[in-house]
Amino acid sequence: MKTIIKYVLLDLLKNKIILVYTLILAVLAVSVLNLDGNPSKGLLSLLNITLLFVPIITILFATIYFFNSIEFTELLLSQPINRKSVLLAEYTGVAVSLSAAYAAGIGIPLLLLVSGTASLILVISGLLLTLIFSSLALLIFVLCRDKTRGIGAAIITALFFSLLFDGLLIGLIYSFGEYPIEKMVLGAITLNPIDLARVLMLLQLDVAVLMGYSGALFKKFLGSAAGSIFAVSCLLCWMIVPLLLSVRVFNRKNL
Amino acid sequence: MIEIIQLTKSFGRCKALDNISLSMQQGQAISLLGPNGSGKTTLIKSILGLVIPEKGTIRINGQAVKKDWAYRSNIGYMPQIGRYPENMTIEQVINMIREIRRDHTVYDEDLLKGFGLDKVRHKMMRNLSGGTRQKVSASLAFLFSPGIYILDEPTAGLDPVSSELLKDKIAQELSRGKLVLITSHVLSDLEGIASHIVYLQDGRLMFYKSVEALQATTGEERLNKVIARVMQTELPASSYAV
Repeated sequence: MKTIIKYVLLDLLKNKIILVYTLILAVLAVSVLNLDGNPSKGLLSLLNITLLFVPIITILFATIYFFNSIEFTELLLSQPINRKSVLLAEYTGVAVSLSAAYAAGIGIPLLLLVSGTASLILVISGLLLTLIFSSLALLIFVLCRDKTRGIGAAIITALFFSLLFDGLLIGLIYSFGEYPIEKMVLGAITLNPIDLARVLMLLQLDVAVLMGYSGALFKKFLGSAAGSIFAVSCLLCWMIVPLLLSVRVFNRKNL
Repeated sequence: MIEIIQLTKSFGRCKALDNISLSMQQGQAISLLGPNGSGKTTLIKSILGLVIPEKGTIRINGQAVKKDWAYRSNIGYMPQIGRYPENMTIEQVINMIREIRRDHTVYDEDLLKGFGLDKVRHKMMRNLSGGTRQKVSASLAFLFSPGIYILDEPTAGLDPVSSELLKDKIAQELSRGKLVLITSHVLSDLEGIASHIVYLQDGRLMFYKSVEALQATTGEERLNKVIARVMQTELPASSYAV
């Protein structure tokens, strides 16, 4: 397994898209942080950039990479090695290189310009989102038969979590505004990793006005510390569950 | 030795393999023939464990294929289409497979050198032509001197010199008592290599016979004429027996 991870990384670190992704993140981070005198505002802008770009780029890149290496995966599987190791090694390779790109692109400028707990939490949220959406890409890869459908599913998944889900949630809140639905909304937020990452960051920044409905709920019911721990555990579930499902499906998949 | 007992596999409604039983021994060169979509690749992939059969068992040297993966250390597989990670060099691909198969320490580098791949080992996979990638696949299949070779369209895309080199290598391995399972649409490439013919159609085994027996019944010498004659006579039902 280590061998495959090593060589997938060797391949991906030379990948031009990863390099461009790192550079774009770095340029965005530096310009946003220099634009605003207030570091808290800069962090919020970076948070929005992260929530917008990381999921879609990660899931698209990972899905395409998995589908492109399908013949190579077959060759690996014809070697004396089990399916789980091959799949998890490929996941690790992709997730680690995208995480490295994020850590370098956003993490380094933050460390130099606005180091602190809030910056650390932002980097952690971005990394968690990278791991989660690579894991969802893996699930899409094992479930879809061909690349075209896979890419379609990847785009729909990313758009669902970044746009559609919030719309549905707002609709829900408006229609049932008369009832005590706070706990239900809280539960609904755990169904969206992007929202969870947003809440995690906003709890840290402590900008009550900017927290919105979901953030305020988290704070009210769980408090900052418990809320953060809860959000991180939910995010970890979002990474692990699709991974376990992928392994299960892949073990029975016909290649 | 490969033993296949009542193997069945269907994709949706279409039966890719229908109750196939075969027994292949060491020293045989079995040529897998049949029209497109007759189940040749599915059969090969079932043996490699890439396709999971619905019914039936496959045994490699007495070991059942189902869950265990260690049996694959005795197989060298050359896929029909070789695609590799773009940014890896030839050397990296070969080293990677070597590191995965740590159980082997002696390498058969005849093909690697014969194809001249050692001279271009720093080239990236994405810059290679289809034929050169095919050479990499072939070299990988033969690198560990396995007991069983599974070659899916090995000569497709190779230039005549390389094709001859590969055929010589196959013949050499056969003389060492290896089992070779080979699919090819270029029948002339199988001339002098194939000892047995397995003919599949619509997922069914039409016949499994030795080349000598086929030559005797058809009265033809050359393999492509033999096969043409067999196909003309509508594959009689009596030819199911080995």
